[in-house]
Amino acid sequence: MPIYLDFEKPVADLQGKIQELRALGNDGDAVAINDEVARLETRASQALADIYGKLAPWQKTQVARHPDRPHFTDYAKKLIEEFTPLAGDRKFAEDAAITAGFGRFRGRPVAFLGHEKGNDTESRLRHNFGMARPEGYRKAVRIMEMADHFGLPVVALVDTAGAYPGIDAEARGQAEAIARSTETCLKLGVPNVAVIIGEGGSGGAVAIATANKVLMLEHSVYTVASPEASASILWHDSSRAQDAATNMKITAQDLQKFGVIDRIIDEPVGGAHRSPDEAIRATGDAIEESLGALDNLPAEEVRRQRREKYLAIGRTL
Amino acid sequence: MSWISNVVPPKIRNFLAKREVPQNLWIKCPETGEMVFHRDLEANHFVIPNSGYHMRMNAQQRFTHFFDGGTWETIPVPEVPLDPLKFRDERRYTDRLRDARAKTGMNDAVIVGAGSVDNVPIVAAAHNFDFMGGSLGMAAGEAVVTGLMTARDRKRPFILFAASGGARMQEGVLSLMQLPRTTVAVEAFRETRLPYIVVLTNPTTGGVTASYAMLGDVHIAEPGALIGFAGPRVIEQTIREKLPEGFQKSEYLRDHGMVDLVVHRHQLRETVGRLCRLFGAEALPASQAVAVAEPVEA
Repeated sequence: MPIYLDFEKPVADLQGKIQELRALGNDGDAVAINDEVARLETRASQALADIYGKLAPWQKTQVARHPDRPHFTDYAKKLIEEFTPLAGDRKFAEDAAITAGFGRFRGRPVAFLGHEKGNDTESRLRHNFGMARPEGYRKAVRIMEMADHFGLPVVALVDTAGAYPGIDAEARGQAEAIARSTETCLKLGVPNVAVIIGEGGSGGAVAIATANKVLMLEHSVYTVASPEASASILWHDSSRAQDAATNMKITAQDLQKFGVIDRIIDEPVGGAHRSPDEAIRATGDAIEESLGALDNLPAEEVRRQRREKYLAIGRTL
Repeated sequence: MSWISNVVPPKIRNFLAKREVPQNLWIKCPETGEMVFHRDLEANHFVIPNSGYHMRMNAQQRFTHFFDGGTWETIPVPEVPLDPLKFRDERRYTDRLRDARAKTGMNDAVIVGAGSVDNVPIVAAAHNFDFMGGSLGMAAGEAVVTGLMTARDRKRPFILFAASGGARMQEGVLSLMQLPRTTVAVEAFRETRLPYIVVLTNPTTGGVTASYAMLGDVHIAEPGALIGFAGPRVIEQTIREKLPEGFQKSEYLRDHGMVDLVVHRHQLRETVGRLCRLFGAEALPASQAVAVAEPVEA
C-alpha cells in the first residue's frame, strides 16, 4: 500500500476506485471494466502531474520527508560500487546519523558521505533520524581530510532536519563540530559537490553542504531552521510550521533565484519516492556533470572558486 | 509597558518609551536582586559589584570599555539587500528593522571598529544583543566578513565579541549562508598568522556558535554566559527533562574543552593584549600609548 500525503487525496481516491474495479474484473464485464480502469488511470496520472506541478512550500516539505523517499543508503547502493563506509571520529564514537566512506562513482574513486534517516523504527533509531551528534561531523571532517590527502573528490548527500539538540551533543561541542566541518569543506583542495536530497536543515546541513556545486532535488527543501523550529523561534508555537514554511522561501526554486544553489535536479512525476531508481539516476548524472566541470583544476583554484562563490551569495539579489 | 501602550498611537508610544530610560537609574542584579546605581554600574564595566554578575553590554558600550581611551575608528560595512524574502509575520520585517535601528542607533546587529587595546592595534567586531537579539543576517554577516578582511589587510589581530541568539529567521536561508560566508573570511584571515580571539558573552547560541564564534584561535568567555548550539528551551522540548545546573554556562564549556579561559570583564583588556603580543602582534611605542580609564569599584 503506498503512503499518500494529505494533498494527494484526489489521486488516492482515483487509485482506490481503480482497485475496486480491478477486484470486480474477475466476475464482471471485463472489456467495459478495462476501459474504465484505463480512463481512471489517465485521470489519476493527470491529477498527480497537476498536484506536483504546483506544490506549495509546506507540501514540498512533506514530500521531502516522505518515508518512502530514497535515502542516502539507496543512493549509495545504486550509485557507488565497492562502497566502503568507514566508522568513527577517532575521538569519541561512531555516529550512524552520518554515513561516510569511499567507493567508486561511475568508475572513479570518491569520498561519499551523507545523513541517513533510516526507513523503519529500528533503523531510524539507529541513525537517530539523521540528526547527527558532534561525532558525526567529526567523522565527516576525517573523511573529507582523507579525500584531500588522497586527491579524491567529495560527494555529500544532505538529508537532515538539523543537528541533534541534546545534552550529550552540547557537552561534546556540537557548535564547534559543525563550524569545523564547514571550515573543512572550504579548505578542500579537491572538488566537492553537495546534493540536498530531502531536508537541508540548518547548520547541521551546511556542515557538509558547503561545496563547489550545490544541487537540490526538485522537491527538497533547504532551511535556516526546520519549519517547526522556525515557528517556535518566531512565534513560540511549533504548530505554525506551515506558516513558517510558506514565509521562509525554502524550496529549490526559491533558492536557485537567490543564487544559493547551483542546479535543480528534476524529480519523476509524483516525486522521487514514486520512482526512486529514476530519481537516483538523474542525481547521478547531475553529480557526474558537476564533478566533470571541476576536473583538472589546481587545488588553489578549487578553493578560490568555492570561497568567491560563497562571498558573492546575497551581495546582489 | 503599561495600559497606555494599548491606547496611544505608535509614534506617541515611542516617545513615551524613550522617556523611560532616564528614570531607569537603579539596576537590579538578576541573580541576587541587589540594586546598583546605573552610573556606578557603568563605571564598573556593567559588573554588579558584590555578586560579580556580568550584565549585558551593548556594542557601543563594549567598544567604549574595551578600546584604549574609549575611542575607535568605525569601519564602514557595505550595504546589503534589504528584506530579500519580503518577510512578514504579525509585522513586516522592514518595520521590525526600523524599530531596532531607532532603538539602538545602529544599522544592524554588528559594528566593526579599529583601535588599540593595551597598546596593541587591533580590529574588533561586536554584536549588539539589543538589535533583534544580535541575530546573524546578511548585514551582520557582511560586518563580520568586513572586520576579518580589514584585520587581514591591516595585519592586525581580530577580536570578536559575540552576543547572539543565532540566525535571523526573517532572512531565511540567506541568513544560513552567513555560516559559510563568515567561515571563508576566517580562513582568509588565518593567512596573516595573527590571532583571532573570540570573546563569548551572554548569550551566544545557534548559527553564530556554529560558525565564526567557535573558530577562534583562543576562546574567552565572560563568567556565567550562556553559550551553546541549541538553546535550552529547544533541548528541554527535545529530551523532555530538566537541564542540569550550570549547563551551557561559560564554566561548563571550559570544563568540557570548548572554551580556553573564563575571564572577568576587568581582566579582559589585559588578557587580550597579552595574548596578542604572545602571538606576535606589535604593540604601539610608549610615546603613542593612550590613557585608559580602568574600572572603578563602587
